[in-house]
Amino acid sequence: MTTKELQRKSVQYRKNILKYIFHANAGHTGGSLSCIDIINVLYNHTMNVSPSNFRSPDRDRYIQSKGHSVEALFVVLADKGFFPESDLNTLCKYGSHYIGHPTRKVNGVEQNTGALGHGLPISIGTALAAKLDNRNYRVFTLMGDGELPEGSNWEAALTAAHYKLDNLCAIIDHNKLQITGPTSEVCNTDPIDKKFESFGWAVRHVDGHDLDKLKKTFEEIPFADGKPNLVIAHTIKGKGVSYMENVIKWHHGVPNEQQYEEAISELDNAMGTIPDDF
Amino acid sequence: MAAETTIEKGKAKTNLDVFSASLQELAEHDKDIIVVTSDSRGSGKLAPFGQRFPAQHIEVGIAEQNLVGVAAGLASCGKKVFAVSPACFLTARALEQIKNDVAYSDNPVKVIGISAGVSYGALGSTHHSLHDFAALRAINNIIVVAPADNFETEEAIKAAAKINQPVYLRFGKKIMQPLKESNDDDFVFGKGRIIAEGSDVAIIATGETVYPALQATNKLREQGIHATVVSMHTIKPLDTELIATVANKCKAVVTVEEHSVYGGLGEACASYLLQNGLIKPFKIMGIPDEYTITGSQQDIFNHYGLNEKGIAEQAALLLK
Repeated sequence: MTTKELQRKSVQYRKNILKYIFHANAGHTGGSLSCIDIINVLYNHTMNVSPSNFRSPDRDRYIQSKGHSVEALFVVLADKGFFPESDLNTLCKYGSHYIGHPTRKVNGVEQNTGALGHGLPISIGTALAAKLDNRNYRVFTLMGDGELPEGSNWEAALTAAHYKLDNLCAIIDHNKLQITGPTSEVCNTDPIDKKFESFGWAVRHVDGHDLDKLKKTFEEIPFADGKPNLVIAHTIKGKGVSYMENVIKWHHGVPNEQQYEEAISELDNAMGTIPDDF
Repeated sequence: MAAETTIEKGKAKTNLDVFSASLQELAEHDKDIIVVTSDSRGSGKLAPFGQRFPAQHIEVGIAEQNLVGVAAGLASCGKKVFAVSPACFLTARALEQIKNDVAYSDNPVKVIGISAGVSYGALGSTHHSLHDFAALRAINNIIVVAPADNFETEEAIKAAAKINQPVYLRFGKKIMQPLKESNDDDFVFGKGRIIAEGSDVAIIATGETVYPALQATNKLREQGIHATVVSMHTIKPLDTELIATVANKCKAVVTVEEHSVYGGLGEACASYLLQNGLIKPFKIMGIPDEYTITGSQQDIFNHYGLNEKGIAEQAALLLK
């Protein structure tokens, strides 16, 4: 898929995220908008996974540790054909499988997540299974920067390096804001790169909204033989909707009708600025 | 039909030893059997397993949350994973991983709590697991099992490896005498075993308290009291059919467990009996809600009456 096609998808995904959050009157808006470009590139460029091979033991795996940004995952899975997009009209409704965190009751979801600090250990088990069975699949896990203080992440960081899991790629959606405030003020985790490097990981920084650079970064996995991969994706919380960008209240804020129309209009304008490929 | 067993007659071992031997036997025939330890291969008697099957042993160091998360990931890829750690740490520190990554996510990990209950005796409350039944009973989609003797342990390990569901198994490290001379019944999760039959009092026990419950029947017989003893190895799902049968047959019911009197086997039985109108004199024996007395496992059992004499006394008292 060309970068321009991916760009168009990203804009459409952002519109869909807002549409379903607005309709459900619930959701994690800011974080879904910050990580959508990453999930877009993973599913439409990097990973070997689709509805047709989802039961294959050789598929690449995606495990979303920051489960609360589930709307971003749902719109991509719907677009990939894992389920009809209209299912998302039931988001957060009584009896729906489409709840506020990923569950395996939704086709395409690998693991139930939601509590933070769980994605990395499960991804390690999944990557270890590939090594044990001599399979070539890769495991991608998307983490939030706000969940890094969870101790289980650091237990897992040790294990991944100990077992030389170069088939594992953790991505940090580094939007630098969490529900209480800037991550640097809540519990400073900087320098993230040096911490993981000292644990034995190979680390790359990337602009988490630059689709071309995301593509290239993921193409370079493994970054080093025998080392687990960490991509620190620098992102903007609320990216794509100017009044939401870097504003904490949109962590799980839901737009009212006027704000929703304004956001859609801004995204429609953005779509119009992407030139055709031909 | 008698279940096949590898336990030599007359050579009682610890359930831990049986666990280690059973797991090696399974691993020999199934390369998908994976053991994950948290520096617990020594206390889990799994060093021989690691030596014989290095490719089937994952060590994560002292990191129980990671232990369970990694085990869940492996299980999601079709591995038959035994995550082994002292019960006290596994079911407290890693409870959220058991709840979310194993039970809620339906990753069929076998969570193995070693040195359970007060097995670590004098090491104190940090090393006791008197909460695990209560915590895990309240979590959906995990079978909770406390085998009593070597036979039950071996069968439980085999059954756990076979079943495609999350299981929590806990046992201690004391040599356990056989409950029966010959095990002529099948071991099935969720089906308690009748160890002794009598129609005066029913003693429903689990894990390492079943044997003293069985011993108590001798003392009771001397007083002309005939007791039924049930080894309720599976705490969840509970064999309510058997509870109803023995409660209907007997005049009183005593439960015994190496667990807090809150939230364990006793309260599970009480809940069933009361909600089904089976009202009998009833006593829950276990560890009371207090700072647990110090001492060895046997000292602690003796202090709280979880022994032949104490169980017999409580049973007799209910009939007065």
